[in-house]
Amino acid sequence: MSKELVGTAASPGIAIGKVLILEEENLDYQKKTVEDVEGEKARLHDALERSKEQLQAIKDKVEREMGNDKAEIFQAHLLVLADPELISAVENKIANEKINAEAALDATVEQFATLFANMDNDYMKERASDIRDVGSRILKNLLGIDSVNLAQLDEEVILIADDLTPSDTAQVNKDKVLGFATKIGGRTSHTAIMARSLELPAVVGVSEILDIVENGDQIIVDGVDGDIIINPTEDQLASYKNKAEEYEQRKARLAELKDLAGETKDGHRVELVANIGTPKDVKGALVNGAEGIGLFRSEFLYMDRDSFPTEEEQFAAYKEVAEKMDGPVVIRTLDIGGDKELSYLDLPKEMNPFLGYRAIRICLDRIDIFKTQLRAILRASAYGQVKIMYPMISALEQLRAANEILEEVKAELKAENIDFDENLEVGMMIEIPAAAMIADILAKETDFFSIGTNDLIQYTTATDRMNENISHLYQPFHPALLRLIKRVVEAAHAEGNWAGMCGEMAGDKRLTPYLLGIGLDEFSMSAVSIPEVKDGIRNMSLEEAKEIAQKALTFSTAEEVEAFLSNI
Amino acid sequence: MVEKKAVIKNETGIHARPASMIVQLANKYDAEITIEKDGNGVNAKSIMGIMSLGVSKSTEVTVKAEGKNAQEAVDALVELLESGFGE
Repeated sequence: MSKELVGTAASPGIAIGKVLILEEENLDYQKKTVEDVEGEKARLHDALERSKEQLQAIKDKVEREMGNDKAEIFQAHLLVLADPELISAVENKIANEKINAEAALDATVEQFATLFANMDNDYMKERASDIRDVGSRILKNLLGIDSVNLAQLDEEVILIADDLTPSDTAQVNKDKVLGFATKIGGRTSHTAIMARSLELPAVVGVSEILDIVENGDQIIVDGVDGDIIINPTEDQLASYKNKAEEYEQRKARLAELKDLAGETKDGHRVELVANIGTPKDVKGALVNGAEGIGLFRSEFLYMDRDSFPTEEEQFAAYKEVAEKMDGPVVIRTLDIGGDKELSYLDLPKEMNPFLGYRAIRICLDRIDIFKTQLRAILRASAYGQVKIMYPMISALEQLRAANEILEEVKAELKAENIDFDENLEVGMMIEIPAAAMIADILAKETDFFSIGTNDLIQYTTATDRMNENISHLYQPFHPALLRLIKRVVEAAHAEGNWAGMCGEMAGDKRLTPYLLGIGLDEFSMSAVSIPEVKDGIRNMSLEEAKEIAQKALTFSTAEEVEAFLSNI
Repeated sequence: MVEKKAVIKNETGIHARPASMIVQLANKYDAEITIEKDGNGVNAKSIMGIMSLGVSKSTEVTVKAEGKNAQEAVDALVELLESGFGE
């Protein structure tokens, strides 16, 4: 009879196969009194040496196959192995208690692991299992046990275990292991992280699994919904085979979209671009098929340091992005204040920081800071399609003041014979309702708008998005938002400008038809959301999108709008 | 004894990767180096010692060293601790 269990979906995909239970090896040993203290210490050091060779080999394999960042955990394991505190604690135990190395090691490892397990930080709690992983490796080497070699399985299996240690997952051969299910662990456990990087379906935290499965059972691991089915019926098997096929097809289809344009069935083109924080993020943007950068958050250059970044530092970062991207790069000028502080810019504590001294308001006050940044951006514009965008503009005077400073900087650069793009586009974010209401006026003195939805929702609905008590009032589907956005796009088009959107709404595929239908020209989002949104656009005609947009505007509440757009 | 204070800047505090970087740097010096938080001192060459301090963002720690090249060791570690660990 089939049995169904539920756990946490840790890595997407569906695996159907035979169970292999990875049992904890029997690491039982006798606690013994020893006289030859030096001899026990020597056995300990032999085991440490062998463990070090094994770990080094695993680390090299992971580095080759999965990259440096995944290998970092094994670097940490190597350091645990060589930890002077650990080694001297074991040695002292051997000497003081006159016990064998196995007993001394086990007790010491448990002592350290417990220390971590009791910390009130989830990340540190997880590290207890790393310490036990290293400890049991040393113990195995002391006992002379050879581990099951996961790299050399002779048939296809789904691994079931209490938990998989990082060294287990590192040895997994993808041709033979179809997926994982474990009794413990959450979305951020090593098993989960490794499963995602191996692209193997996994469900973790299935508390009863070891009580129910046996080796050789047939099992379905649904890493999309977190379901486990043991010994499925014919019907279940058929339906999951279908689901697996659909999942694979969808994945393949999304991957194929990488080099295709964001174009509707009837040939209407929009630009799909990425939001980034640092030059390092360009890679992810390219992998996901971004045609450019719609929002480069320059504040990351300013944060986590002691002083303002120099013109040269900024220039280097902007130039790097401009050169790597074969497409437009919209650089947002410094957007700090609110929840983003700079330790060296002693900003006063405010009652309402989101309504306070922030972003362009600071830049127009501290012209020295602003000019340095504008010089760096303009210089970088000689190396790619750079555009400048001002954040938090609420009135025409601010736009004019910013543009005046920009003109001064351009004149300075000209006088110094420094190259920049003379036709560089200058735009602004629309994130304050006042700006949205005068978009027609602002459009006359800008080249483009980018709608910053996170703040626009916050200010339009007067909802502090950090306040949990009122989070239900922070509504992206609020009819007021739909209307404001439409107004902004129309105002831009009336002046021959383009209108984009950066912020969560641009990456929410439920909103894609609406945004497409009202004529949004550019969608900027986290790189990983691009394939899904592109898929939505390519499967729709502009006519259909316009009809959906019309209909969406007829509803009176956010709930109705959301229900309508979610069911298309 | 040389000592100097440092404030941790990276968002996630001292987790495994920063702790590894600290130990690897500390191992370059012969001096005995201690990192102290709220009066608890640990060996800077012990990854478990460092992680067990549970240092989060904006926490102030004190680096102390004694022996050969103590001053250099303290300066180098303080610089690393305040660097944000490349995050």
